[in-house]
Amino acid sequence: MIFPPCTRRGEFVLWRDYLLENERRFVADDIHKILPVAHLQRLLDALSAKGYRIVGPTVHDGSVVWETIRVVADLPIGWRDHQEPARYRLEQTRSSEIFGVVHGPQSLKPFAFAPRESLLQIERTKDGFATHQMAAQPEKVAVIGARACDLAGLAIQDRIFLKDAYRDPYYAVRREGLFVIAVNCTRALSTCFCASMETGPRAKAGFDLALTEVDDRLLIDVGSEAGRQVLEGISLFPASEELIGEGATSIDACARSQVRRLDRARLPQALYDVHEHPRWDDVAGRCLACTNCTMVCPTCFCHTIEETPDLSHQQTARARLWDSCFTQEHGYIHGKNIRPTIKDRYRMWLTHKLASWIDQFGMSGCVGCGRCITWCPVGIDLTEELSVLLASSNRSSVAGRPVEGR
Amino acid sequence: MFNPDERQRPRLAVVKFASCDGCQLSILNLEEDLLALGRTLDIAYFPEASSDMRPGPYDIALVEGSITTAEDAHRILALRQQTKVLITIGACATAGGIQALRNWADVESFKRAVYPSPEYIQSLSTSTPISEHVHVDFELWGCPIDKGQLLRVITDLVVGVQPRLPADSVCLECKRRGNVCVLVAKGLPCLGPVTRTGCGAICPGMGRDCYGCFGPSEGARKGPGLPPNTTSLAGHFHSDLQLIPIEVMRRFRGINGAVSPFRAESDIWEKKP
Repeated sequence: MIFPPCTRRGEFVLWRDYLLENERRFVADDIHKILPVAHLQRLLDALSAKGYRIVGPTVHDGSVVWETIRVVADLPIGWRDHQEPARYRLEQTRSSEIFGVVHGPQSLKPFAFAPRESLLQIERTKDGFATHQMAAQPEKVAVIGARACDLAGLAIQDRIFLKDAYRDPYYAVRREGLFVIAVNCTRALSTCFCASMETGPRAKAGFDLALTEVDDRLLIDVGSEAGRQVLEGISLFPASEELIGEGATSIDACARSQVRRLDRARLPQALYDVHEHPRWDDVAGRCLACTNCTMVCPTCFCHTIEETPDLSHQQTARARLWDSCFTQEHGYIHGKNIRPTIKDRYRMWLTHKLASWIDQFGMSGCVGCGRCITWCPVGIDLTEELSVLLASSNRSSVAGRPVEGR
Repeated sequence: MFNPDERQRPRLAVVKFASCDGCQLSILNLEEDLLALGRTLDIAYFPEASSDMRPGPYDIALVEGSITTAEDAHRILALRQQTKVLITIGACATAGGIQALRNWADVESFKRAVYPSPEYIQSLSTSTPISEHVHVDFELWGCPIDKGQLLRVITDLVVGVQPRLPADSVCLECKRRGNVCVLVAKGLPCLGPVTRTGCGAICPGMGRDCYGCFGPSEGARKGPGLPPNTTSLAGHFHSDLQLIPIEVMRRFRGINGAVSPFRAESDIWEKKP
């Protein structure tokens, strides 16, 4: 087997010569190919040629957001993110790392479960009314830079929106056109706890292609037939055992470096047992019920329906919008609000996310991305709340006792 | 609310009190919807738009501005008596407006500082929202109001359903729009988490912090729920974003500073050393 002649940065000329010599030589082999970082544009071009709109992380307003990209330079090269409770900062480094930013506020959620989806247009007619379904326009979108936690979140959304009889046609159309290029994490944020949720930092499934950035090379795993087809025609190199090992070591180190973890051992029951724990009052004193945690959560799926009639009363438009269990209205049933206080809402959210979600869907509703910790304006950390709640779960009889707020 | 079969179009009045006219301009800025509004309603009194000013009674009155003079305090009583549905438009009418900052100050000293002949100025010592004087049927928040919300409320009234607008936080709309949180990513003292939605999250969308021009989110005075947790947010501004107490006070004492819980929060931080 021929191995690429270069292992260090700055030897792209050799790479290029090598590629020219060995054009197509290693195309579409089994697994673990190398794409030099310098040739990432070829991957983007191949996606464009197949009709995909390419979306990647781009630096925007002090974070990264998903935006349409055309060239590698649109990606946040050399940037790194630092996240802690209620704080997100980007740092520009001298590195030429392409995927140094782990993630921004958005997961893969908005690509399939749109924040605002037009559902119906209803028109008054002579003898009643006519309804027009606003089918989402099929679009091929390739997202580059999704993380293992994002894939886990997408899998949960798929379970909710596509399973059996409850197949949501709007979600399905968007999901169908989605091509995901994952990036395995080699650096953990202080807010990450995917290792304890067993969702990352390596992307295990649900991607079309997965990349591991090792110095100036990208190790490529193929996850689907569509992924394999995109690679056709791109010169790739086989990865040495050494390089594969280097990638795996980085991912393992990322897992080990995670400082947060979520103790899932006694869930779901342990959380049901602390329904009257005084900690709920404590967290309610801090929680703003602002909905940010649910908005950035890759798995939260609540939505509301909005009708917008026109002044002439001849037509109305019906849309679906992201909603949250933290709003006042979310708890309304006929004649009564069943979750009037912030305590009710935080308790319901955390208990659903970590416990009753398991009963409902057979999996946890948390993927360990840590976004709810970072993007909470007052830095409420669900791993901390859970550990306090469960640490004294055998003392749940102290219900109602006030606890000092922070 | 109105009989849709009635030949007569509902009569509309747009009445101004102490205000900058910006909310009335939002009506004039409805563009093509203004024509539809004219077809749907009989615009009987709208001095900013027309010198054809017909007397009441009115089916709908849109009231802009706060009460700052004894004369206006009488005028709003008279309008209420002639009006079926009275709707306040904007922060001044709904919360007292920026001019309610006088409620914490000495108005006489303002008069002497501004006017050469302060004895000609007849003004109350406070600026108060319309609801402190007469019954208000519906409140539109914002400085200025959102014209989409205005159209929606009028449409609901004309069709005959109870108007209902969302009272969620600005954050919900920010995230739907894909804005990056300015509080978390830039450390700006954004009031979005406790401020009512309706503006379209314009300020955070432009990279600046919300200053609460739509008033407190759900649980405001007339809302069905509890007040937003301004205590927690104010504490975060102080302890984590390093705002000194007077700065925290000023965040909450702005366009809607006269309405609780913003008022109560600003009072608390004014007293802190």
